[in-house]
Amino acid sequence: MADAVHCDIVIVGAGPAGLAAAGVAAGSGASVVLLDANERAGGQVWRHDVEHTTPARIRRRIARARQSDRVRFMARTAVVAVEGNRLLLEQPQGGQWLSFGSLILATGARELLLPFPGWTLPGVTGAGGLQALAKQGWPLAGRRVVIAGSGPLLLAAAATARRHGAHVLGVFEQAVSMHRFAAGLWRWPGKAWQAAVLRGRLAGVPYRQGSVVTRARGDGQVREVDIDGPHGRERLACDLLGVGYGLVPDVRLAQMLGCRLERDGAHPRVAVDTHQRSSRPDVYAAGEACGIGGRDSAWLEGAIAACAAIGATSRWAALQRRRRHARAFAAHLHRHFALDARIRSLAERDTTICRCEDVPMAALDACDDARAAKLASRCGMGACQGRICGTALAELGRFMPENPRPPLFPVRLETLAVDPGQTPAS
Amino acid sequence: MSARVEISINGRRLHVPEGISVAAAIARAGQPFRRSLRGEPRAPCCGMGVCFECRVGIDGRPHQRACMVNVCDGMRIDTDG
Repeated sequence: MADAVHCDIVIVGAGPAGLAAAGVAAGSGASVVLLDANERAGGQVWRHDVEHTTPARIRRRIARARQSDRVRFMARTAVVAVEGNRLLLEQPQGGQWLSFGSLILATGARELLLPFPGWTLPGVTGAGGLQALAKQGWPLAGRRVVIAGSGPLLLAAAATARRHGAHVLGVFEQAVSMHRFAAGLWRWPGKAWQAAVLRGRLAGVPYRQGSVVTRARGDGQVREVDIDGPHGRERLACDLLGVGYGLVPDVRLAQMLGCRLERDGAHPRVAVDTHQRSSRPDVYAAGEACGIGGRDSAWLEGAIAACAAIGATSRWAALQRRRRHARAFAAHLHRHFALDARIRSLAERDTTICRCEDVPMAALDACDDARAAKLASRCGMGACQGRICGTALAELGRFMPENPRPPLFPVRLETLAVDPGQTPAS
Repeated sequence: MSARVEISINGRRLHVPEGISVAAAIARAGQPFRRSLRGEPRAPCCGMGVCFECRVGIDGRPHQRACMVNVCDGMRIDTDG
């Protein structure tokens, strides 16, 4: 059996919010565990690229947050269950209980993937999904790639694909206000600079607004996509389609901990006060889990949460002002990339909604909630535990997902059998 | 990304760059991923461990997310596609 561990501050998620929290918490003398499901720290936004060197300033940020010997980084570690102030972890080497004094949730976001005919074909991925796969070494050289969906993430995904040798045929944005969005960026010079750099990297790549991918076609692999734009329909031959409609907060662990959630449009986010404290006094949340705000607000909120957790409240006043400015950027973003109603009606009756259990939309006709859908069709009961279809159905205005039940991820039986009683008193 | 490791995918041995994900290795080998309940071919979708479409057997352990694990020397990968 694995040894049980107690830690003053446990941080779940090693993206910008978690890394900032770890850096602040380590300076206090507290024992800190930073855990992440991936092999490396950085989260999605600072994901390591196997073919290209990570910019030095990002490498420095990651290294600084982890350099202290007080921060223990647990890679490939997932929280699968919760009992009071104890977390059941699954790691490659087995299960382990970890008890915490304070917990900082930096669980980030997931990409919003919405159903349309052909979305289950191999070669159809999320836009951020394609970017993540490219950075893992997915072969893109010479492939014809279409990027579609909504938000500035599309530009980043297209730039990454191009950098990996893809022939990017175009970026198809459903919103029509990119220019107004860009014009308002003067308030955030860092973002304006970032946008200019991305535009430079995408020179020559068509950028179409008011355009939606309505169908992916192919037999066993995507070959063509139908695009509905302001000047009518077109069909493009391609090898890969990355389509994503923005991000949604990952709140499943917060839900399991009993933290209060609040609605952020169609999706929940963790409710926090100005100290990033959740409704549970020993649990803080920072970054995208508290509402999509981008990496700047994530970094600041991670630092604020850690200041609160170690009692260094005098330090967060300056951070608060910067945080408000960063969050204002998020509001600017949401205003200009609101989803067009036609995106919610792309799925047809025979379009698969639950990819794990192969459930078509028509099977949910008589279902008013997630539970009825499960009973009638097994929708949401597969390996992803409703992460994809549940979020999609909420966005489509059908019904909200049920509260998650343990285990939070599919686990090995040995992990569930680890005795929580091993945890020593703190 | 110069070092290479030897892995096997569905019994076929090949050399791939160290540090790439299992998902990327399968794609580079041109091998299929999984089939859905109805028998449709599927492949990685989210790229970050959420959708489980990329799940494969790794060293005898079934249902591992190929996008969350990096290749290592001697790794045995089985897909059911």
